[in-house]
Amino acid sequence: MQISRYARKKYRDSLSALLSKVKSFAPRQEKPLEEQKILMFGWELPPFNSGGLGVACYELAESLSKRGSRITFVLPKRQNIKLPFADLVFASDRIEISEIDSPLRPYQTRSSYSKNVILDGSQYDPNLIGEVVRYGKQAGKIAKKKKFDVIHAHDWLSFPAGIEAKRISHKPLVVHVHATEFDRSGNGPIDQRIFEIEKAGLENADRVITVSQFTKNRIIKEYGVNSNKIDVVHNGINAAKVAEAQKSFKKLKANGKKIVLFLGRITIQKGPDYFIQAAKKVIKFKPNTIFIMAGSGDMEKQVINQTAYLGISDKVVFTGFLSQEKLNSIYSSADVYIMPSVSEPFGIVALEALANKTPTIISNQSGVSETVKNVLKVDFWDVDEIANKILSVLSNKSLSQCLADMGSIEVQDNNWDQAAAKCLQTYKKVV
Amino acid sequence: MPSVCFYFQVHQPFRVKKYTIFDIGQDHDYFENPNLDTLDNKKILEKVSEKCYLPANQVFLDLLKKHPEFKISYSISGSLLEQFEKYKPEVIESFQKLVETGQVELLDETYYHSLSFLYSPNEFRHQVALHQKKIQELFGQTPKIFRNTELIYNNALAQEVEKMGYKGILMEGADHILHWRNPNFIHKAAGTENLKLLLRNYKLSDDIAFRFSNHDWAEHPLQAPKYGKWISQANGNGHVINLFMDYETFGEHQWETTGIFEFLKNLPEEILKNKDNDFVTPSEAIERYQDTGELDVQDYVSWADIERDLSAWLSNPMQNDALKKVYSLEKEILQSEDDQIISDWRKLQTSDHFYYMCTKYFADGDVHKYFNPYESPYEAFINYMNALRDLKGRAKSIASAKRKKARKAGKTVTKSKSRKKLSSVKASTKKPKLAKKAK
Repeated sequence: MQISRYARKKYRDSLSALLSKVKSFAPRQEKPLEEQKILMFGWELPPFNSGGLGVACYELAESLSKRGSRITFVLPKRQNIKLPFADLVFASDRIEISEIDSPLRPYQTRSSYSKNVILDGSQYDPNLIGEVVRYGKQAGKIAKKKKFDVIHAHDWLSFPAGIEAKRISHKPLVVHVHATEFDRSGNGPIDQRIFEIEKAGLENADRVITVSQFTKNRIIKEYGVNSNKIDVVHNGINAAKVAEAQKSFKKLKANGKKIVLFLGRITIQKGPDYFIQAAKKVIKFKPNTIFIMAGSGDMEKQVINQTAYLGISDKVVFTGFLSQEKLNSIYSSADVYIMPSVSEPFGIVALEALANKTPTIISNQSGVSETVKNVLKVDFWDVDEIANKILSVLSNKSLSQCLADMGSIEVQDNNWDQAAAKCLQTYKKVV
Repeated sequence: MPSVCFYFQVHQPFRVKKYTIFDIGQDHDYFENPNLDTLDNKKILEKVSEKCYLPANQVFLDLLKKHPEFKISYSISGSLLEQFEKYKPEVIESFQKLVETGQVELLDETYYHSLSFLYSPNEFRHQVALHQKKIQELFGQTPKIFRNTELIYNNALAQEVEKMGYKGILMEGADHILHWRNPNFIHKAAGTENLKLLLRNYKLSDDIAFRFSNHDWAEHPLQAPKYGKWISQANGNGHVINLFMDYETFGEHQWETTGIFEFLKNLPEEILKNKDNDFVTPSEAIERYQDTGELDVQDYVSWADIERDLSAWLSNPMQNDALKKVYSLEKEILQSEDDQIISDWRKLQTSDHFYYMCTKYFADGDVHKYFNPYESPYEAFINYMNALRDLKGRAKSIASAKRKKARKAGKTVTKSKSRKKLSSVKASTKKPKLAKKAK
């Protein structure tokens, strides 16, 4: 009795010590640095983002502007959805949003692009690669009109734009690698033309930013880029945006069911098939467990079939693509979140889960595993170990409590202001 | 005239190997793991023996022979002695040679280097008795001085230890306990008849144990003449300087390349250069020097971390959970009367398991990480809890086998009788209710 009261007190002490330490790292109100003018090429911004990239671009741009940078953000225009740029709230009005008329959407493969584009006499190239090139040419026109000190291009779709802007303006180019073709193809066969565009971007760049050491190593190995040219800037999280969410699946929880969450695109890169294999093993020990797959993607059908084949269809719920609000509520209902990615350059979702106090399991094959400690780490292929760790979290309240408490505090260190500060360091090297 | 009292803690745990939920019910060996370097107890023991135990024992043997007035003391945990016997018997022989010099005192502790005093006084007494027996068998000494795991101490422990017949006990000379008091004097434990306290001089001890190889330390490099002078400075201000540390300091925490062995070889001579200095064992210290007063210690104190409390083993919900669960099995395990199950249970009580689960400094990656063979406190916890669950299953299956056996032996008669009685009682209480309803 006395001892456990001692433990509780000590635990609270250590949490508050940790918290106060983290708070001292919080963004400082510094004098604005030199006002860099940045021409930034992206391909999506929230709320119309289909993955972590849009969030990363938005948050990074916002944090850069807070530090005094002036940003012109260039986006390819969507065809079906009008991007309500006017509604996008950046902290500073120094950000302008420019649109280029183009139907590009992130994460699409060449085949899905051809299917989705409506060819009713529009000017768009039905071929994705051609479209990327066209986006690049348009970008050159913007580069002529705008004044800026440095060009910052996010991922391969915007690399030709960055290269073109550099050619026209003779300003330095920084390319930011959030993912490579090797990641997206889950280490399977790659699209050679996308690889070539990536390579051209990396070669034309004056400096390269990668979202992790994991990705830096890949760039060095697969693209032959000199390691001296690469800076690692880990992604962050805006902890203030993590609101207390309503819990969903109340009925399930009331019945004592445990919820294991997969959240992300259902594509080969994210390892959904390993998630289902692990689910099969977990259910054997704990039949009262429900597995939720939140997201959509080109492997969805295959994964649904796999679920049926393994005889666990009644234990796996597919939610489809979800809004941010729904996501927050799913996080806080989940007993454990798992990211079994085959190749994850960073993995912002893991930070979001941690900020939501959800015990988190991530694969060692992820960039985020370099920056967080209060998580469980597994190799994506080690299905037994994934199941072992899921079951451990589900059956030991003390473990899940520690992971949730320590993880949510630790993640506050990973903020966007630090990422922005590192980007400014990179700009300094080339301007 | 300060006497110097050297005491070394010599201990290795049986680390729990990678043990998953799929091993439960399949594999009952939690400690043998030839596949993973980091968690293979045999490999670790061989490494530490080569780097520390064997060379350090040789250095001390030479010193004891060279200086008949040189004295040292050890407590060697049972879990380490078992591992020596199993993997490296020559280390036991080298300790026996040290003891044969007559200049070495051995202390008692809990056989499994456990936190049992916090949870089960019975288990605590049992483990101390086991340790005493082991020391008698191997070294022919009966310890008079007690040293609890990681110098965990309070008044209640002192009282218990005195009842068990010990004359003295070791304690951390923690500032928040001592205040104005001087650790270089013998004290008496509050609430005891006459149990003497030897207080660790943590500053001088840690100069060797922690700071020796630290290049940022102003005194680096530390050499024996300088250290000898520091000892002599206590002249007139204390009786005995207690230098207590992990034995693994020599060659394992401080590697040979730091010059630790050279330092050691020269140290006794440098200390003895001052005619006022000498060496004592803990027993000699409490015989020779009067205590200077009583020391009242209500809350637990230990020699771990800056906090000098229990938080290294008991500061988060995982540690609390694991400790409670392992001690909650006590009755079941002992009733099994199965030696293997009982010894596995005791090996799982070793304090190191809970140290590995500590999250206090995890984010900083400090000293805890250096001593943690697991990737994270969470990994340590998961392996441990899985192993514990298997152990519980083993005890249960023995218990149910015993019940079956007892039934076959004819004891069922009494049981079924009592059952009949119960059911008849139930029936009689039900009837009136029914009758009421009928009305």
